[in-house]
Amino acid sequence: MLGVVVVLLMSLAAIFARPIVIGGIPVQPFGIAPHDPTTILYLGADPSAGVYDPPSTDYPMGTDNSGRDLFSRVLYGGRYSISIGFIVIAINATIGAVYGAVSGYYGGWVDEIMMRIVDTIFAFPFLILALIIIAVLGSSYWNLVLAFTLFGWAGYGRLVRGEVLSIKENEYVLAAKALGARDRSVIFKHIIPNAMPPLLVLATLGIGTTVIGVAALGFLGLGLGPGTAEWGTMLDATRETLIQGPEGQIPWWATVFPGGAIFLFVMAMNLIGDGVNDALDAQETGIGKQGGGA
Amino acid sequence: MSLRRFILNRILSIIPILFGVSVITFGLVHLTPGDPISQMVALNPDAGPNEEAQLRARYGLDGPVWEQYLTWMGNVLTGDFGEVIRTNRDVGSIIVARLPATIALGVFGWAFGLAIAIPTGIYAAVHKNELGDDLSRLLALSGISIPNFWLGLMLILFGALWLGLWPVLAPSRLPLYHPEMLWYLILPGLTIGTGAAAGIMRVMRTSMGEEMNKEYVTAARAKGLPERQVILKHVLRNSLISVVTLAATLTAGIVSGSVVVEVVFNWPGLGREFIQAIDGREVNMIMAITLFTGVFIIVANLLADITYAILDPRIRYD
Repeated sequence: MLGVVVVLLMSLAAIFARPIVIGGIPVQPFGIAPHDPTTILYLGADPSAGVYDPPSTDYPMGTDNSGRDLFSRVLYGGRYSISIGFIVIAINATIGAVYGAVSGYYGGWVDEIMMRIVDTIFAFPFLILALIIIAVLGSSYWNLVLAFTLFGWAGYGRLVRGEVLSIKENEYVLAAKALGARDRSVIFKHIIPNAMPPLLVLATLGIGTTVIGVAALGFLGLGLGPGTAEWGTMLDATRETLIQGPEGQIPWWATVFPGGAIFLFVMAMNLIGDGVNDALDAQETGIGKQGGGA
Repeated sequence: MSLRRFILNRILSIIPILFGVSVITFGLVHLTPGDPISQMVALNPDAGPNEEAQLRARYGLDGPVWEQYLTWMGNVLTGDFGEVIRTNRDVGSIIVARLPATIALGVFGWAFGLAIAIPTGIYAAVHKNELGDDLSRLLALSGISIPNFWLGLMLILFGALWLGLWPVLAPSRLPLYHPEMLWYLILPGLTIGTGAAAGIMRVMRTSMGEEMNKEYVTAARAKGLPERQVILKHVLRNSLISVVTLAATLTAGIVSGSVVVEVVFNWPGLGREFIQAIDGREVNMIMAITLFTGVFIIVANLLADITYAILDPRIRYD
């Protein structure tokens, strides 16, 4: 439950950090972040603010390498990673579900070829593929989504296929077929809904992985442009300060807070995944296993 | 199925996958324009279409895509990965030079993972649902959730800047096999090993828990064997088999982790080379490292499968 609360709070913070205006119409008018994440404070709002100011009552997380309010940037930063995480997983789970269902349902050589393709994709770490895709296409919000979906569905495909193999032996599937149901309706009405629970667990865990992946690309300088208030990009900007602090003082806050935000969000997401997994396990065995925590 | 047939079958089954891996590697890099040749031509106003054509011919970047693929594959199969276009250095020899540093990181990561995960796994299984078990669960979950680049930065912050135990970056003057390098390997090694440790911990805990409930354990206890011997000799041995199935996945994780960790610590391995190649659009280098990674993971998978079949003969009859 703690996980759900943290994920909700952080997502809401990202949404309400600054007003959202689409085509001149304010869709979301609130701005809870104290400053604009891109405003350089000493240029206007507060001439006394500097670059890498330590946390203070005015700036609870200090300021960053360009003298921007870090707290506002950390709140706002979730917009990119979190939204990309959810979009990517929705696409991957959908493609994977259809792919796996078709592969498992038809079996035979169709299954053989489709699973060889999945095996091939599995031979590459997903970060390496994403890096190449971004290097080739250039980085933008939707290219990041593409980088994590072009091959990212493979894991979901394999999982659903495994589920389908056991589901299709069920009598209700045979009954549906005997009654003359078409393949498409059997797959979408009977097979995919029954393969949902494990897919849900994998998807929950996948959101955390994607958020880390997006931030990793940002950290490697292949995310959104430098200066964007995205968690990984913020860490990239501050890396040099660790190797060579300005005037010997180390602005630890610029490293601790953005990274801490990623960690907190992913941890919360994984807690939810674990919780869902436990709940489903208990449901499937039919007996609420004692201990609950196991 | 005999073990020999099983192994032969598995080896044959990876051939189409190897082919697929080479197609994906090549396709990804070549589907869009913007290779170093067009950049070189754009930077040099004297270079006309003639010079460009010559350059392309020299690096095998002319002709239709499938022809380029065949040329590239032919060269790769004879061990020729081409040159780094900007510096004319041989890609193969750079990889050979960078590989040991990455292997050292990976081995350290694996060793660290096992050293942490096996004792905590045993502890968690023996003390199921006690405080220590909950703590180890939380620890494993944190290890999976922590972004490795941030962990690396935090280790630099604590270990190098606040405690002053390490220099921020390993000195580049020492050769890799110098004993002192072991000390500098610790921070990047911990960073890369944390994910593996967390993964093994979770699997160990589950599989130990499952093994503990089996009949042979009850039988061993009934025979009057001391609990210590039951756990260490029987349960642990069988649980470790399930770690083998995890080996390939974790190795893939370590490989992609090395890209990030080597950048954080400026570690002179393949991962850092890969990022530099990406920045410079060095297609030959990108393809060589990607292909190498893919083949490496396929082989790791194959070895894990074979080890598993040797340890657990039931698998072969599937």
